[in-house]
Parts: sequence; C-alpha cells; structure tokens
Amino acid sequence: MIADRGKPARAAFLSQGAPWLLALLLAVAAVWSLTVGNYPISLADQWRYVLDLCDPAAGPATRQARLVGVVLGDVRAPRLLAAVLIGAALSTSGAAYQSMFVNPLVSPGLLGVLAGASCGAALAMLAELPWTAVQGCAFAGGVAAVALALGLARLSRGDRLLLLVLGGVISTALFTALLSAVKYLADPTNQLPAITYWLMGGLSRADKETVLKATPLFVLGMAGLFLFSRQLDLLSLGDEQARSLGLSVGRARFWLIALSTVLSAATVSIAGLVGWVGLIIPHAGRLLVGPSNRRLLPTAGLLGGLYLLLVDDVSRLAFGVEIPLGILTALVGIPFFPLVLRNARRSWG
Amino acid sequence: MHVFAAENLAFSYNGTPVLSGVSFTVRPGELVCLLGPNGCGKTTLLRLLLGLLAPTAGRATVGGREAHATPPRDMAAAVAYVPQSHQGAFAYSVLDVVLMGRAAKSFFFGPPSAEDVDVALRALRRFSIEHLARLPVTQLSGGQRQLTLLARALAQGARALVLDEPVTGLDFGHQARFLEILRELCAEGYTCVMTTHFPDHALWVADRILMLRQGRIVADGPPEDVVTAETLGRLYGVDISVFPIARALRVCVPDRIRRLCRSARSTRPPG
Repeated sequence: MIADRGKPARAAFLSQGAPWLLALLLAVAAVWSLTVGNYPISLADQWRYVLDLCDPAAGPATRQARLVGVVLGDVRAPRLLAAVLIGAALSTSGAAYQSMFVNPLVSPGLLGVLAGASCGAALAMLAELPWTAVQGCAFAGGVAAVALALGLARLSRGDRLLLLVLGGVISTALFTALLSAVKYLADPTNQLPAITYWLMGGLSRADKETVLKATPLFVLGMAGLFLFSRQLDLLSLGDEQARSLGLSVGRARFWLIALSTVLSAATVSIAGLVGWVGLIIPHAGRLLVGPSNRRLLPTAGLLGGLYLLLVDDVSRLAFGVEIPLGILTALVGIPFFPLVLRNARRSWG
Repeated sequence: MHVFAAENLAFSYNGTPVLSGVSFTVRPGELVCLLGPNGCGKTTLLRLLLGLLAPTAGRATVGGREAHATPPRDMAAAVAYVPQSHQGAFAYSVLDVVLMGRAAKSFFFGPPSAEDVDVALRALRRFSIEHLARLPVTQLSGGQRQLTLLARALAQGARALVLDEPVTGLDFGHQARFLEILRELCAEGYTCVMTTHFPDHALWVADRILMLRQGRIVADGPPEDVVTAETLGRLYGVDISVFPIARALRVCVPDRIRRLCRSARSTRPPG
C-alpha cells in the first residue's frame, strides 16, 4: 500500500471532482433529452422558449412557439424532472438504507415500502378512484407498510437491526399477498392490465401538476437525508459504536427511516416500481467518492438522476412503443451487479 | 472520585444470569485488565460500563452517573470505546474514521470544523500514522487499524477508555506497542479498562487485574497479588505455572506446554 502512492491522490481528485462532473453531465443530458422525441425541438427553439418564459408579458409569438411551449413545458420538462428526482430519491434513500443497516446489499424496499405502495395503488385502481387518489393511496400504503415493519420490530427485544429486517420481510410478504388478492379481484379486461402495467414502472403519467406537487417533497426529503449524513456514517459502524460515539441510535434511525420512506413511497406513487436503482447506484457512487455519506449522498443523487434520465430516454425513444421503466432498469442493472459483487468481495468500497 | 464503579451489578439474558454481584471501582489513571475464560461475561461487563446494556440489578456508573441512563452524547464525552479489530462494512478513510470521534462534539449536522480536522490529525500524529490519513481502513494492517480506533477515542476527548480485546489478532510487535501506548496514556491520566485473553498482557501493563469466572469476580487486586499458579489454574481450568524472569516481571506457561517442551528436548536426536 505504501508503494501505490498515486492511488490516494487519484481517489482524492475523484472524490472532489465527481459531484461537479456529474452535475455537468446531468445538465448536458437534460438539455439533450429535451430536444429528442417524436417532435424534435432544436436548441434554438428551447432557448426561445426560455426567453419567452422570462418575459411573460410578451408570450409566445408564433403558433410554432406555442406548440414548443406545450411539448416542453407540459410534457417533456415535467417528465425529465420526474426522472431525475425519482432516480435521485431512490439512490439517496438506497445509500441511506445501506449505511443504516450496515449492509451494502440492502435496497430501499427493505422495510416493505415498495410492496405497500404497490398494494395501495392497486387497491385504489380497483376502486376506480381518480388518479390523484391512486397516488395518495400508493404513498399511504408505503408508509403503512414501513410503520407495520417498525411496529413488529418493536414487539420483541434483541438485535434491533435484525428485528427490523424481519419486520420488513413480514410486512413485504403481507402487502405482496394483499396485492395478489387485489389483482385477483380486479376486472381482467381493463383493471388488471392497468395495475400490471403500472407496476412495471414508467413515467408516462408524470404530468406537470403531479411533478410540481411532488418536487418539494423530494427536495426536502433528500435535503433531510443530507443533513443526517454524519449520523449515517456513525450508524454504519453498528449500533454499539454509534452509541458510544454519542449518537442516540434509535431516534436517529427513526428519522432516517421516515425520510427514506417518504422518498421511496413518493417515487412509487409517480412512477410505479422502478427497481435496482436504489441498490446499484449507491455502489457506483461509493466507487467514485468512497463511503462517507456527506460526499456519497450528493454523488449518488446526481448519478441516480442522470441514470434514470438516460434510461427513460431509452424507454421513450428506442422503440415505437414505450418500454416500461422497471423492465429497463432491471435489464441494465443486472449485468452491472456482478461487477459490484466482484468489487464488494475486496471491500465494500 | 471513581471513574467507573460497579455496585452489585447483575445482568441476565432471557433469564440466564450472565453476571451477578459484580462490584468494583476504577480510579483515575488506572489500567485495569479483565481476565477470564470465554463466556465468563467480560464483554457484557464492558457493555454495561459503556451504557450499551441496562443492568438487571445493581448500578454501573461512570463519573458518578448511571451509565445506561446517561444520554449518549454525555457518555461519549466521558468514555470512549475501542472495539475489537475488524474491518467494518465500509471503506472509510482513516481520517473519516477519526473524525467520527468528533461527531458528537459539534452539532451533528454540518461538516467537520477545521478544529475537528486539526484534533483528528493531531491524534493520528501522536501514534505516527498521519501518513495513512487518506487510506481506506480496509487496507490497513490489524495494528494500524487498532491505532486508528485509539486515535478516534482520543479525538473524542473522553478521558476514560474501554477496550474490548484490543490486541487480539495483532502481531506480537503491534501487541507490545499498543499495550505500551496504553501505559503511556494512563501515565497522562487516562483511565483504561480492557479485556484480554492473555494473562501475560495483564502482567506486562496492568495496575490491577479483575478475574471474572461464571459471571462473578473471583479476584481483584494488583498483578503481583492476584496472578498466581493457583488463581490462573482455577480461572482457565488448566494447570499454569508463573515464572519470575526479571524484577517485577513474570511469565505464565501452561504446565502441559512446559512438559511437552521438556519431553521434546529430551527425545531430540543428538547432533
């Protein structure tokens, strides 16, 4: 290790530079993503749109400018924002879970939030509730599932982490069974396909109104996790060391789980199940900047946003029909997983 | 004023008693070694002193305050914990690990202050490992990792250290160096309570030895009084001889090993 003196220097450069580089890449990818689609929009049109936005009194001059405004402002930009926010939210809450549970193979669904949210949404679809109610039910279902896992863990004494994981397993199983029941009861001609397709994940229903409503939730949730980043570092040493270093372990973990749950449940209520992002992206982030959460969380967030934005571009552009996002993230994520494991065997770094 | 005190301390796990009737006090500047066979309750006793467990009966106090009832932040200001050497799940850099000792000092939110970094680097320099600051802890040797954890304990600012088998898994040189450092810290007024599996380690550096067997203290006193062939034999269940090899230094050798060496020597072919 003494011989390899270049390595720490390179690592330091990476950990300093990576977030800025990722932010730049994300900006470039975002501008590019806005140009492509069924209705191509040139950079000049985009610029004119921004100018029109800055000068609301004048408004779009031509018919074509108005059309650009609709495509960009009502369709493409909200969807882009949703992709970035959902990717970032899943990645940061995944990173937080991995630290909290001292286990790099954990994903944000550990305590049942994804199963609960799916079940809630399916139930609302079964009841033919309006779309906003479906979103609300998804969110509530996710929160309920995690609350159940926490409650079950509290029933007995012993290793907190183990009990929480067990609570999560039970909660996930319960809500998965309920989801099956809902699917069984659903009308197979229109309700069942709707539920199934929605569970595959996708951003086609990320409309302007929804995204604008969810944005503050995502931003606040991620900011909260970032504020807790040093506590996450301590928790990742295990409960005993964390407490002996001065952390009120139970309280800190409760708030961190609450924030992560809000983030994950919100992703499901907008985009359905988007798997693998919360598991893979934190690893990639750790490869770039190391495990310290103050650097990892922003990096994982940017990387996750960039990743989901690009995957969503593939989803909407690659074929004539849109491919569900959850299928793509799994197909892209799985080949990456052996790489992660190979690195992980040396050290979770 | 005692740094640590146990008063009739008892702990049972699911109804099975692990510790019972444990009483002792530790004065400032003392280096106390806990000796005892596997499963005698050494680690449980340390956890009680750290406030990680609530006693079933009796009291464990640190600086007069009941350990388990004291808020973690106040405990961290009084006692630092040096766990047994292990890699940990994540590859934090050495500096990151030492800075975690400062997390409770500042309000948790926000980055480590310049002062925190300064204190952390000074702690690393004290053990001559500041050149490792940027390396991930997973790349360190066991000895370096243990010094890193000790640096974290110093950066934490506590004057009392609880160490769980701190030299287990270290090579012989690092064991000696680590124990020597503990001795130096005690000379500066730090108080150390450590467990060890090697009575020799206790004979090298301890001011006082507590022997723990089946959850009870069976001996408590300075090494010269407490460590005898008889007490060690009873503690570990094998016959052990204690030989003086210099003024104020003795070594322990199990009788079986001694016989083995003697017979091997006598049967060795000549030339």
